[in-house]
Amino acid sequence: MGELAAFMILSLVTLIPAVVVVTSSNIVRAALSLVPTFLGVTGLYVMLQAEFVAGIQVLIYAGAITVLILFVIMLTEGGTGVRTRQLNDQVPLGAMAAVWLAFVLIVIFTRTGWPTAAGVLPAYNVVAVGNAFLSDYVLIFEVTSVVLLVSLVGAIVIARRED
Amino acid sequence: MPWLIELLKAIGLAVVIFTFLAVVAAMLGVYLERKISGWIQARLGPKHIGPQGLLQTVADTVKLLQKEHITPRHADALIFNVAPVIVAVAALLDWVVIPFGKLGDRVLVVRDINIGVLYFAAMASVTVVGIIAGGWSSNNKYALLGGLRSASQMISYEIPLALGILWAAMVAGTLSTVGIVDAQVRQGSWFMFKLPSPIGWFGLPFGILASLTFLTAATAEVNRVPFDLPEAESELVAGYFAEYTGMRFALFQLGEYGEMFGMAAVATIMFFGGWTEPHLQPYMWLLVTLGCLVVAAVILTTGLRQTLLVRPILMLAGLGLLLSLVMFFGTRAGLSQVLPSLMWFLAKMFALVFFLMWMRWTYPRLRLDQLLTLSWKVLLPLGLLNLLATGFVLTVWGR
Amino acid sequence: MQVGLTSYLIVAALLFCLGLYGVLTRRNAVAILMGIELMLNAANINLVAFNRFVAPAAVAGQVFALVIITLAACEAAVGLALVMAAYRSLETIQVDEINLMKW
Repeated sequence: MGELAAFMILSLVTLIPAVVVVTSSNIVRAALSLVPTFLGVTGLYVMLQAEFVAGIQVLIYAGAITVLILFVIMLTEGGTGVRTRQLNDQVPLGAMAAVWLAFVLIVIFTRTGWPTAAGVLPAYNVVAVGNAFLSDYVLIFEVTSVVLLVSLVGAIVIARRED
Repeated sequence: MPWLIELLKAIGLAVVIFTFLAVVAAMLGVYLERKISGWIQARLGPKHIGPQGLLQTVADTVKLLQKEHITPRHADALIFNVAPVIVAVAALLDWVVIPFGKLGDRVLVVRDINIGVLYFAAMASVTVVGIIAGGWSSNNKYALLGGLRSASQMISYEIPLALGILWAAMVAGTLSTVGIVDAQVRQGSWFMFKLPSPIGWFGLPFGILASLTFLTAATAEVNRVPFDLPEAESELVAGYFAEYTGMRFALFQLGEYGEMFGMAAVATIMFFGGWTEPHLQPYMWLLVTLGCLVVAAVILTTGLRQTLLVRPILMLAGLGLLLSLVMFFGTRAGLSQVLPSLMWFLAKMFALVFFLMWMRWTYPRLRLDQLLTLSWKVLLPLGLLNLLATGFVLTVWGR
Repeated sequence: MQVGLTSYLIVAALLFCLGLYGVLTRRNAVAILMGIELMLNAANINLVAFNRFVAPAAVAGQVFALVIITLAACEAAVGLALVMAAYRSLETIQVDEINLMKW
């Protein structure tokens, strides 16, 4: 009962601001609505017993990416954030595509018999995640760090003002 | 319904923490700040309301409660009203993982979650969203500039901050705040001075480097001088909260001081042994006593007495004298725990808060480019190298 | 009542479709990036949910979710740098006005 209630609340906290993100005509409000969405997703991670992912989600998404997005909005839109038209001509098409995809996905998800296993997650899964990163997935780890470095350098080079 | 009881318990604890922090962090914090700034600038500070001005902040709060809430014209009212709440709530949520001490076998902490310090860093990083939202929604160029500066500053300093947290977590082998203190209990000294057993005192440079990096980044993260560009009074009026009045302004203050005390608390936990009592030999405590006596004697007998500037030093020497005398007799008597652990935690935390305030009223503000240079070209490489070196040392000689 | 795998998948699907709608209908390049972030989050929910319900003993899903979060941060940094560069040379970030290459 409690789990279901928590799940419903968290889903609403995730989805309602997400609707604001994609429909609001005020771009700053849209960007700020990302925060409750990300926090709702964090709650879902906690319910799924992925505490470490939840912590990183708040740190990176809510704390860094949202702020970066707000920063760029304020540097580009003259700080006002209000433009006459935020939506393009594809609204009916986009809505159709989204609704259709949602329909198909939900039908598929509900009809498929997922092979659920009854095991339990490692109790202290930060250690498990760390061990997995440095043993089975060490290549992914290394490649990700190279990607991080490349994007750091790339972002600086692209954003730098040409003198 | 156990989940309902859990929820009620959580809400009750939140209310308790909120009142505690509103009283301690904001009221005492503001009072201390004004007193210490007074001493450092050779003034007296608040003096009239209550004994030694102790009730000044209470009076200020009552005044703020009566003030009208003004929402600027053409401001985004919804965001404008929500922003201070985000800042205050994020700062208060920091405190969930802070262990205050030990009562018997029970650790005084709201929740000892297994990602403790990561949770702390995450909550600290949410504050900036409130700040930038408040800055933008005020519809004021100074507030907007303050918000933007704050965003660039906090994103830059989050990385050295996280490196400091990572250092402590790596040495302790856990992210839990209680676990980190326990690891320091096991090795018998603070992480600032000593690493786990085979390395011991050779870990001194690593620990000092890590704690200095963390403290510098923490000062910048809570927007205090010398890193207070977001609210630089002389150029930006009051920065991101220039347009706020009444209780909303007070909420920003509460957030700022709650965050500062939180940073001091987490630094205490990670580098200064948390609630543990320092274990020194009795003669060491006697040496500390003598040191404090010498400092006090020098100040009192020379011309230094005339300057108000030495007052905080004199006060510290007095406190140190008292503490070390108590500890000397306590350890002589063979007590294993002379003073309660809660007192040690608060003493260490307030010492760090004092340090932060001392810094604030001593150093001039940095320029924005100096600020970012310090983060990206000094603290970040230092933190990374320190992390690498400590990891290397721990793997080769330790474990 | 237990909340099963399907519930999480449905929430993730809805979030993904909202993100898709945002990407398809927005004119502002930053808003398109926001849509992409929503879609990445939806994918992450799926990964973590599969981890919890299908293979709890391994933490592969969480590892992938962490990698995706890292890559999302990279993507945001580079994407926003591109937006800044475009704004500097064209003075607009509305994607339908950025049409220099269009014949």
